[in-house]
Amino acid sequence: MELISFGDKGWGDELFVAALMTIAVAVTAMLIGFLFALIFTPLKLSKYKILNLIANSYTTVVRGVPELLVIYLFFFGGSGAIMYVAQIFGYYDYIEINAFITGATSIGIISGAYSTEVFRGAIQSIDKGQFEACHVLGLKKHIYFFKVIMPQMLRLAIPNLSNVWQITLKDTSLISVTGLVEIMRQSYIAAGSTRDPLFFYSFAALLYLILTFLSMKLINRLEKNYSRGY
Amino acid sequence: MDLELIITSFPKLLSATVITLKLLSASLFFGLFLGLFFAILRLNKNKLISGFAYGYSYVFRGTPLLVQIFIIYFGLGQIEYLRTTFLWVILKEPYWCAIIAFSLNTGAYTSEILRSAFETIKPGIIEAGRSLGLNKVFIFTKIQIPIAIKQSLPAYGNEIILMLKGTSLASTVTLMDITGVAKFIISTTFRPVEVFIIAGSIYLFITFLVHNLIKYLEKKYRYQ
Repeated sequence: MELISFGDKGWGDELFVAALMTIAVAVTAMLIGFLFALIFTPLKLSKYKILNLIANSYTTVVRGVPELLVIYLFFFGGSGAIMYVAQIFGYYDYIEINAFITGATSIGIISGAYSTEVFRGAIQSIDKGQFEACHVLGLKKHIYFFKVIMPQMLRLAIPNLSNVWQITLKDTSLISVTGLVEIMRQSYIAAGSTRDPLFFYSFAALLYLILTFLSMKLINRLEKNYSRGY
Repeated sequence: MDLELIITSFPKLLSATVITLKLLSASLFFGLFLGLFFAILRLNKNKLISGFAYGYSYVFRGTPLLVQIFIIYFGLGQIEYLRTTFLWVILKEPYWCAIIAFSLNTGAYTSEILRSAFETIKPGIIEAGRSLGLNKVFIFTKIQIPIAIKQSLPAYGNEIILMLKGTSLASTVTLMDITGVAKFIISTTFRPVEVFIIAGSIYLFITFLVHNLIKYLEKKYRYQ
């Protein structure tokens, strides 16, 4: 018990901060993922084959390649790519991106591929009549999207988005390889200095379980809210 | 683009593919049995037994695979007693630790897939078997299991692909699978893009094969 006490002797406070970091990375990654989904879902549903091809290759490649490989690409290649772009604009100094941004971006891109698929599925399963009705009523495009399609889409998408959230939350453990101090990295440090890996990794597992459990509770309430009237 | 690096590292990554495929097939093999076993426990009427199976799948699906590997590889070695038993022969090898972790992980997902497949079987089918005078074991092995396998094929195909991606974590416990070798090449040459393209295409190629295999099986086992 002393091992996880707060203060100088235990690792309680460090692990608590690390858990907050995990949440921060997961939430940021999820939001970046939504951003990507916002761009790629319309491309997927577009009439133009070339746009479909772009969106399809994004989701296929990202969902077919291990997360760890994507993280290594960004970890080792991220600052190189930014420096390359900076050099075009005449900036020649060394640029280092911090681990948080690298981690959240790489997990976000992965999460975005899953979100894209979820949104595509949700929009496609909305009844055709709804689109036609909007057209007949002569609704303006943004009203039609935000007031009619979006609420229905969210209701259909939330159960699947909760899966994406779970995947994203668990994927954050992988960015410990980049040195960002989240739950996994902190447990690794604690296990190394106390020589008690069994305890600390089990505790890390418990922390993840608590996080998934709490987020499920939250999502269930959200789901209820969006299925009013069904 | 460094074409020479692509040409020289391709054979290295290709030979690492063997380890990835070995890890994948071994863990899918053990995971399938674990999954079937726990799916049957889940359907048990005894609350304690089904609760145990639920707890197993909840824990392994709710925690990252990385934690599971670390607990098994770094954690279990800490127990003095284990070091004296024959289990230590297995647990000191990162290869077997990875397989144990992967099997337990995929077993949890497989048990969920099979459970939902068993639950979607119409009761009429089982009742028909019973009224024909078939015994319980026969109904289970000859009626329920074949239907469940057919039902769960698409979901299991996804699980195979998830597991293929999961095997990349073996590189964190010193195994040189595709990702392990890729990381080694990247950290010695600092050419992440080239290596990512080759390693990524190998993974995508395996995904493609799995996808088509499942499609073929789905077609084969469709209701006539």
